[in-house]
Parts: sequence; C-alpha cells; structure tokens
Amino acid sequence: MQEPSVQPAHVHAPPEGFLRKHVFSLDHKVIGKQYYGLGLLAVFIGMVLSWLMRFHLVWPTVSVPGLEFLSKVGAPGGVITPEYYLSLMTMHGTLMVFFVLTNAPFAGFGNYFLPIQLGAEDMAFPRFNMMSFWVTFVAFLVLITTFFIPDGPPISGWTAYAPLSAVGNDAGPGLGWGQSLWAISIAIFCIGQLLGSLNFIATTLDLRTKGMTLMRMPACTWAWFITACIGLMAFAVLLPACLLLILDKLAGTSFFIPSGLVVGDKLQPHAGGSPLLWQHMFWFFGHPEVYIAILPAMGIVTHVLVTSMRKPMLSAKVIIYSIMSIGFLSWLVWGHHMFVSGMNPFSSLLFSFPTLTITIPATIVTLIWLGSLYGANIQINSASLFALGFISMFVSGGISGFFLAQPSIDIYLHATYFVVGHFHMVMGVAAIFGIFSGTYFWYPKMTGRMMNETLGKLHFWFSFIGTYCIFMPFHYLGLIGNVRRYSTFVDDFMAPYLPVHKFISIAAFITGAGQFIFLFNLFYSRFRGKQAPANPWNATSLEWSIPSPPPWDNFGGKHPVVYHDAYQYGVKGSLGDYVMQDSPETILEE
Amino acid sequence: MGKLFGVVLAMIALLSAYPIVTHMYAQPMDISTHGHAIDEQLSDTMSEGGVSFLGAQLLLAFFVWKFSNRKPGSKVTQMPGGANLMVAAAFILVGTEVLALGVLGQKAWANVYFTPAKPNAMQIQAQAGQFAFYFRYPGADGKFGALHPDKIDEGNGNFFGLDPANDVDARDDIVTAELDIPVNQEIQLLMHSKDLSHSFYVRELRIQQDFVPGLDLAIHFTATQTGKYEILCTQLCGLGHYNMKAYLNVLSQDDFDKWLKEKAAEQ
Amino acid sequence: MSITAFPPVTRQAPPLHPRGSGGANVAGIEPRSPSASTSGVWIGIFAITMSFAAFTSALFVRQGSGDWIHVVLPRLVYMNTGVLLLSSLTLEMSRRAFAGAPKGNAGALRRSVLWLGITLVFGFAFVAGQYQVWKQLAAQGLYLATTSNSSFLYVLTGVHALHVLGGIAGLLRLLARMTRKQITLPMSSVANTAIYWHFMGILWLYLLLVITVRL
Repeated sequence: MQEPSVQPAHVHAPPEGFLRKHVFSLDHKVIGKQYYGLGLLAVFIGMVLSWLMRFHLVWPTVSVPGLEFLSKVGAPGGVITPEYYLSLMTMHGTLMVFFVLTNAPFAGFGNYFLPIQLGAEDMAFPRFNMMSFWVTFVAFLVLITTFFIPDGPPISGWTAYAPLSAVGNDAGPGLGWGQSLWAISIAIFCIGQLLGSLNFIATTLDLRTKGMTLMRMPACTWAWFITACIGLMAFAVLLPACLLLILDKLAGTSFFIPSGLVVGDKLQPHAGGSPLLWQHMFWFFGHPEVYIAILPAMGIVTHVLVTSMRKPMLSAKVIIYSIMSIGFLSWLVWGHHMFVSGMNPFSSLLFSFPTLTITIPATIVTLIWLGSLYGANIQINSASLFALGFISMFVSGGISGFFLAQPSIDIYLHATYFVVGHFHMVMGVAAIFGIFSGTYFWYPKMTGRMMNETLGKLHFWFSFIGTYCIFMPFHYLGLIGNVRRYSTFVDDFMAPYLPVHKFISIAAFITGAGQFIFLFNLFYSRFRGKQAPANPWNATSLEWSIPSPPPWDNFGGKHPVVYHDAYQYGVKGSLGDYVMQDSPETILEE
Repeated sequence: MGKLFGVVLAMIALLSAYPIVTHMYAQPMDISTHGHAIDEQLSDTMSEGGVSFLGAQLLLAFFVWKFSNRKPGSKVTQMPGGANLMVAAAFILVGTEVLALGVLGQKAWANVYFTPAKPNAMQIQAQAGQFAFYFRYPGADGKFGALHPDKIDEGNGNFFGLDPANDVDARDDIVTAELDIPVNQEIQLLMHSKDLSHSFYVRELRIQQDFVPGLDLAIHFTATQTGKYEILCTQLCGLGHYNMKAYLNVLSQDDFDKWLKEKAAEQ
Repeated sequence: MSITAFPPVTRQAPPLHPRGSGGANVAGIEPRSPSASTSGVWIGIFAITMSFAAFTSALFVRQGSGDWIHVVLPRLVYMNTGVLLLSSLTLEMSRRAFAGAPKGNAGALRRSVLWLGITLVFGFAFVAGQYQVWKQLAAQGLYLATTSNSSFLYVLTGVHALHVLGGIAGLLRLLARMTRKQITLPMSSVANTAIYWHFMGILWLYLLLVITVRL
C-alpha cells in the first residue's frame, strides 16, 4: 500500500473580516455549512410545495388561504389550477433532487468533513470551492425567480421532456420564461457541481495526510469520493443537454423537436429533432444522479453505525467495493427510465440486465449492515436511529425498484404511483434519513453544542412512522393503476381510492409538522445546547481528534499521522473500547 | 428504545405486507392475450420481493431489539461466516433470483414487442394531441389517407389533417373519438402524435406505449373480453394531462360492424 | 449518549501554529500542492471530454433523421487550425524556456515571457478567426437554426471557443505571474496551463474531424 508524501503547509491565510469569514469564505467548513443551509432552505420550500400538491389532490376545489398572493394566475382565489399543480410538482422535484439531495449529503457534509477525515487543512482548490457554492446559490435564485414571473414556474416536471419543454407557450401556460429559466438554472447548477466534484477528487487523491492510504479512508470519505467521480461525468453531460434545450427554446434550433408538429393550432417551424435524444441525454445524467443522492447517505450511515455499534462492520472493504460497483453499474442502466418510450425494445432488455444486477452489490451492502448488527452493542440515539431507519427504507425502496427493473412489469407500472413510491422511498426518505443521521452525529463537531436528544428521538418517530404511512400506500395505488402527474382524479375508476389519497395527505401534513421539531432543535441547540466535547461519541476518525468546533485550519498547522483504518472499535484501547485513527496503539486485523 | 424500534418496525413490516397478501390492491382484470405472462411475472416478483422485504425488515427489527443498549460489559462479537457469508448469500440468492426473473421476463416482453402483428390484424390509427385521443379506421378501401399537419382543423372535425378533396384514400377514412374494437380480433394500433409526447395506457390490456412526435410506432394486442375500459395518457403533456382520456369499447363482432357502419355514415 | 464505563475523553487541542500573512503568501493566494493542481487540470480535461462526447453522441443520433444537408466549411477554418497548433508550439517553447529560468537565468525568463506573449497573440487570433468563420457562414445563409448541421457546427465551435477563452484567461494569468518578480512561480503552474492549452488544440482537431466527416 502506497503512502502519500507529506504535503507542504499551503493553507490560505486566516480569514479576517465578516465577509471573508462568513460569506465569501475559502474555508471548506464554512462552505459546507453554506451548502447545508441552502439544502435546508430548499427542503422546507420543497416540503411546503408537496403539502400544496397533496392538499390539491384531495381537495381540488378548496381554496388555500393566501396562495393567490403568490400567484394570482396560478391560484385564483387560492384554488390551485391544473397548470399550477404541475408547476408545484416541477419545482418540488427540481428543488428536492438538485438543491437538497445533491447539496446536503454530498456538498454539505462532504465539504465539511472530507478534508478533515483525510487529515488535510482544506480542499485542494479553496477558491474554486467558494465559487462552486456561490454558483450553486445563483442557480437557486434563478430557479426561485420563476415563482414570481407572470407565466409562472415551468410545468414539465423535473425531467423536462422535450418537445413539451422546448416548444414554449404554444403548448400552454407554464412553458414560457419559467421553462427557460429552469434550464438556465440547471445549467448553472451543473457548473457549480463540476467545480465541487473537481475539488473532492483532487483533494482525495493528493491531500491525504501521512499514513492515510486509500483503504484507510472512512467509508463516508469513500462514498463522497465515488460520488464526486460520478458527479463529474454526470453533470458534464447534463450541461450540454441543457444548452441544447435552451437553444431549442430560445434560438429556434431543432435538437429535440421534429417537424410537422401542430401545437396549440400552430404548425411548428422546427424540423428533424428527436424527443428521445433528450431522454437519452437526460437519463444518462439522471440515473447516476440518483446514485449521487444515495451513495453519500450510505457512507454516512455506515460511518454512524460503526460508531454506534461499537464494533467494525463485517467488512468495510466489501462495503467500499460494493459502493464502487454500484457507481460503475449506474452508468449502464439509464434506459430503464425509457422502457416504453419508443426506443428499440431490444435496448430495453439490454438495460434491464445491468439494472437487475445492481441489486447484487446493493444487497451485499445491506446484508453486511444487517450481519454487522449481530453481536453489536448498538448505542441508540437520534443519529443511530436514523441510520437504522435508513436501512429499513433502503430495503423497502430497493425492493420496489426490483419490480420496475423488469420491462414486462414496467409496461403496467410505468408512470403510476408505484414509481413515485419507489423513488420517494429511496430518495425522499432513505437519503433524507442519511442527512438527518449525519446531522445529529456531526452537529456537535460543527457547532460545539449537542442537539437535544429527546427532540431528536421525537423527530425520528414522526419521520419513520410518518414516511411509511405516506409512501407505502403509493405502491398499492400503483398496483391498481393510479397514474402519476395527474393534478386531479376525475374518473370513476379512481373514486374508490380517494380515501387512500386522503390518508396519505393527512400523514404528509403530520409528518411535515414533525420536521419543525428538527428545525427548532437545529436552531435552539445552537444557542442553548449542551457544550460538546471534542469526541462525544467516542469515535475514531480524524474529525474527532480536533476541537468542537474545529479551528480555521483544522489541525492547527500540524499534520496528523494515521496508523490504521477508522473502524477500530471493540478493542481494548487506552481511551476505552476504541482506538483513534491517529493513535499508534494495537489494532484489530481486517 | 432499541426494543421499541424493533417492535415498531416489525409492526410496520407486517402491516405493509397485509394489503398485498390479502390482495386488497390488485391490478384490474386482464383482458388481453399477452397479459397473463405479465401478471405472472408481477406475481412471482411480488412473492420474491415480499419474502425479501419481510425477511430483511424482521431481521433488522430483531437484531436491533436484541443487540441494542446491552448490559454494560457485554462483549461485541462478529457474526460467524463474516462478510464472505453475506457476499455469498447476496450472489446466490439475489443472483439466481435476478437471473431467473430476468430470463423469464424476457418472454413476457417478447410477446408484446418481438412478435409481429398477424397478417389479419385490424389496423387502426391512434393520434394523440393536447388533450384528446382520436382514432382512424381505414374504411372500405383498407388504406389510410396521408396526413397533412397544415390541414388540421379541429373546429371542423379534421383532427388528422386529411385531404379528401385531393386524396382518394382519405375519402372513406372513419375518424372517431372512441376506440371501438371487436373482441378476440388482433388490433394493430398505429400511433401518431400531433404535437408532443403522450402515452397510451390501458390497464386491463396491460399495454403502455409512448407516442413519440416524429416517430410512427405500432403496437398490437387482442382483447378477450367485451366491455368499456379507460385509455389514459400517461406522459405529461401540459395542463390538461390529467383529463386526457378516451374509452376502449370491446364489442362483439356484430356490434362492432354495426358501430363502424354508423360512424362511416357520420363522416 | 451513554457509553459504558469509559470516562468521556477530552483531547487537548494542538497549539495553533502562528501564521504570518507576509512573505510569499499573499492573502488569498496560496501556492498549492503541485500534484493537486496537476490532478485538477486532468480532472477538468476529463469533464470537458465527457461534455464533448455528449455533443458528439447527440450529433450521431440526430444524423439519423434524414434532413442532413452537408455544410461546406470556409477555408479560413483550416488557417485557424494552423494558428491554434502553432500556438501550442510557441507555448511549448515558453514552457521549456521557463524550465531553465529558476537557475537564475534572467534571459531564459525573458524568452519564456516572449514566447508566452506570442502564444497569446495566436490564441486571440484563433478566436477572432473563428468569429470570422461564423460571419462567413452567415453570409452563406447558414445561421444557428438554419439546418441541423449548422446548429451543430455553431454549437461545437462555439463551446470550443468558449473553452479556448478560458484557456486565454489562464495564459494571461500566467503571464501576469511570470512578470511579477517577487512571486516564485512553480513549474507545475506553467506545465498545467500548457496541458490545458494543448488539450484545446487536440480537442479542436477532433472536432474538425467530426465536422468535416459528419457535417
């Protein structure tokens, strides 16, 4: 195993002044918190949007008081129009997938902890890092402005299929500047992510401290690194796709629009484009994107679980290799979003096999987690509860994916609530649980205060039971053939199932209310939380060897030396049943 | 609280499985010739999925119940078999499951997509456009007239953009807003989009296929039971997407012939 | 969290290393680890390659649609290609001269700056030349949205030119740092800028091939 050479101390000067310290900071820790904060803002907006959607589905003619002030046209008298429902849906998806799930677990926690866990003083390119956050923030602002323009936010979903997203207002409201700004926002977002991924990769390859070989990196560090590799390639493809969409929309090109289309009584001037081309380009990015959303959570959960179990995983190496395989296979499966899209049906079979194969490494990781719980001494707290909840959600969401991976079954289940249930379980719940687990775990390190445990556990129970109540029924609805992306159910067929929708909506409101417990806890603990020691969890990785919160240069100008991996638990160390990564004491063999 | 987690999770797992096991939510009755293969596939997957789901969730619940917050001084141990056992289990259990379902599922897919339409299949064209489906029968000459997008005039009922004045084949074409078909007769549906991406979904037929603008696709199916069924658009196409539907009426041969004659007279 | 009988651990924080802000470290600008910036440039090149791979596959897919009308490239494009390739040569001259500079050879540093200046001139000439090509295409009646071929032509050349502008910014920055006598410019910075610039040339050759064969 090759040991990297010691890097010369090359950190930027200590920050001075309010702007440099807190706004335009080069410090990866501040940038990580900024990303997390942006994710927090986005998730609450996204959650409110989902409440509006759930409300409308069950009470389509009832007015939402005050909504008419947000959009006179979209919600006249507070009653959501069909196109405004689709706008809410589009913004919900876009905010959640991009600004929450790509931000918080990866850019948020990753920025904060990757350098520290590697023993580095900062990321490799602090200025690019700062730029990456502010570029992402600009993308967020551009997206949010669509709420306030006359034609409103776009209605074509976070997937923005062409030609709907490309032909403009001939196809109806919500397709004008809202749609164009959406594409521009996402293009800007791509640039931010590319800069971020660049940093993660270069830092992991070149800034590891003495003794920190690749295989000694903690599981979450690996997960961030692999996610960054995936992100680099995925966003490098989405950016061209968005550019071509912008050109079709604003410059009259025909990349995605064929000839002879009569949209809203108008014969469109375009010629020769391919709607399927958009789908291929989008999903080539889109599928790896969902792994970008889940892999950091898998890494965080592994990390939290080991600390909580007081013993190492059955094999951290196997987990890491499995995460690598998932990352690799994620490139081969994009067509499973397109089984009935009109692409060559033979391709559908081709895409189905790697999709089914991904089940194998995913199962390996799950079985390792489960098998590692055997014989453990799990310390139950908010962080570990969410980590354990993650496993449950990952199993549920993964199994429903197994259905959709088969093209023949997908003929029936495609575009039904079964799909919506599947991706919400894995992304909307499991990945979010990973973020929660990381928050409760790392909050003491980031702020120097402990979060309130009682509130944390309460938050867990609301979320765990609540999300099962919301999303398990989605699968049942899918099985009976409940179509998705419908703003209202107008047909007799759906009438008997409206009570299920009511149950879901009420569960959503209650679960959502429970999230305010978390929000309160975050802010309250910042000022009133118990002072946190450097290592409240008796954990081993390098972040726990420095003060809470860490000094601006992490290790105080010194370079930690690492002697073994981060999972020396269940050993007799001088500090207790664990040995820290930078301690040369006796170790367990893998 | 570990014990509470175990108990709650076990309850959630069993409660979640209950509606499935008791068939509370099942797909509507299959009226197609190819659908039973899909339903079997779905049922097999449900069994395997169900066993995996219950197994994993209950195991998780049990382990957390048993191995959390133990007495101080308890020793931590590793599961016998270690990681190798888990890897082997994953490969063997999942690998075989995956292969089996993948290979078996091929047939169900092939039935729909790799078998050509029979020579005596009845050709009907379906056109999707915001926010309605229209259907066209070739009429007595068995030929469809050409489509002219510039001639589309919905106000005058020329949904397809036909030019009967200059196009002989178009003169006897029958355009309807309902898809009526004879039972036990294979239908070849020629799919054309007027404006955007839409999709053709009939639950009972176990058919779903996108309309792709610029691409003329065809699917085929045979309905085995008379009745009235919903045709739904399942590809987001604008504000009226939720309301974009038509009806599939499967009729006896006699009823169908009568209906077609009536429609021809209305053109 | 209760963790058995072990007492809570408090680690003593290591003493903060005094950091000055004078000398070689101008606030906000740090000499970074040579291998990290080299990794950075290769990672960036990889990402850009992926993007152009995406454009290329879009082109191949689109080609299947049948309305492909061959574009006749203005001859100026080949002149521009020559200019870009020459600029790589001159940048190489600069880089090699700079390799001799730290040995206290002021003449070598001067030569390095001179060749870098010439590279910049060629770089600007390339971009200006490409702009001329677009004007010539427009004179032929070929604009961005005219045909699918012309769309791809403008997109490929435009996005490439944008990246070349980025390279020019890098060259300008390098020039500024080279001429500021109090900064010791690491060899890696020169090498990495050169790597990026050469990549622009290689990328252009690839795009030219695609354009002449496929468009």
